[in-house]
Amino acid sequence: MTPDPSPPSKDAGDTKSGRRGFMAFAAAGIAGILIAPGVRLIEVAQAASATGTLSPGASSKVRWGMLIDSTKCVSGCNDCVTACNTENGLSGGTKTTDSQWIRKIEIKEVRTGKTQSLPMMCQHCAEPPCVDVCPTGASFKRADGIVLVDKHTCIGCRYCMMACPYKARSFVHSPQTDQKPDVPRGMGTVEACTMCVHKVDKGEMPACVTACSKAGHEAILFGDLNNPDSEISKRIASYPSRQIRENLNLDTGVRYLGI
Amino acid sequence: MAPLVFLLGLLMAGVVHAGEATTSRVSQPVIEAARGGACVADPAFMRRNHMTLLKHQRDDTLRGGMRTGAYSLKTCIDCHASKTTNSVAASDTNFCQSCHTYAAVKLDCFECHSNKPQVKP
Repeated sequence: MTPDPSPPSKDAGDTKSGRRGFMAFAAAGIAGILIAPGVRLIEVAQAASATGTLSPGASSKVRWGMLIDSTKCVSGCNDCVTACNTENGLSGGTKTTDSQWIRKIEIKEVRTGKTQSLPMMCQHCAEPPCVDVCPTGASFKRADGIVLVDKHTCIGCRYCMMACPYKARSFVHSPQTDQKPDVPRGMGTVEACTMCVHKVDKGEMPACVTACSKAGHEAILFGDLNNPDSEISKRIASYPSRQIRENLNLDTGVRYLGI
Repeated sequence: MAPLVFLLGLLMAGVVHAGEATTSRVSQPVIEAARGGACVADPAFMRRNHMTLLKHQRDDTLRGGMRTGAYSLKTCIDCHASKTTNSVAASDTNFCQSCHTYAAVKLDCFECHSNKPQVKP
């Protein structure tokens, strides 16, 4: 009765018994996979009925959009940009290698010299060129019209950045630390305005919209373009709004007034 | 007398044996005490299947916008973050990192995701 040269530890014992009963284990695993989605659906249904607010995820019944009134947008005001940076954990730098999800631009009528200020970001197109060109399917449009990057599948090729007519996307060049729990960001992936999807899913407004209202400008209106009774739809129906680069027929989710 | 010595020898061998088992070449993962309470599933099941659960739910969340599932990475972190570093992967004894070091599996999640719980405003 000599000591066993390689005494099985507790974990090793578990593995051994697991191997022994492999078929049983595999069967249980398959059962688990089959059951799991059903369980989750029931949980979601229960959660929805408990809180009274339904949260079945993104629905194609709504299309989130923004209406930006450039006549109300104040030149020199940067509140929407600052709010976006704070909400999403961006550095706020404006170098070519810094991520900028929203930026303020000044446009000038050459003949009269009249200048206007407006925020420019991802236009959340209905026919997004960035989605067309993505080789891995990482660039995608959610059912409710929000265009996002799935960073789990993004390989950082940056075709989408070249395809975007609005220069809306940024590439993350350096390792990131201290990201926001709601906004994962990582080196080697492309990112852009998410319309604060984590807030929208909770029924809140995007950070730039809140910041603009707080500054008293009310230049950005957020809402459902598919609902004819929403404020944004009513305003689009009654005032002449524009899409930037209308000629590309991208059917943008972000519309502009007064340009 | 001879059988007694033999018996003593056996006992000593048992002690040495036990000593060897605890000082294995590979150190066991040290898991710090965190918030405690029950996990969303049995720990043995979670040890083997947490990655599958997370993978299923990440697609539901990101692509489907469903944020009510039971297996979100954020809720993992809320419970398992260390009391000293407030993180699940900042030091080698933190929850995720300690086991991944033991299993020699690279932990990619936290290159993009925050490894700290959300600060409640």
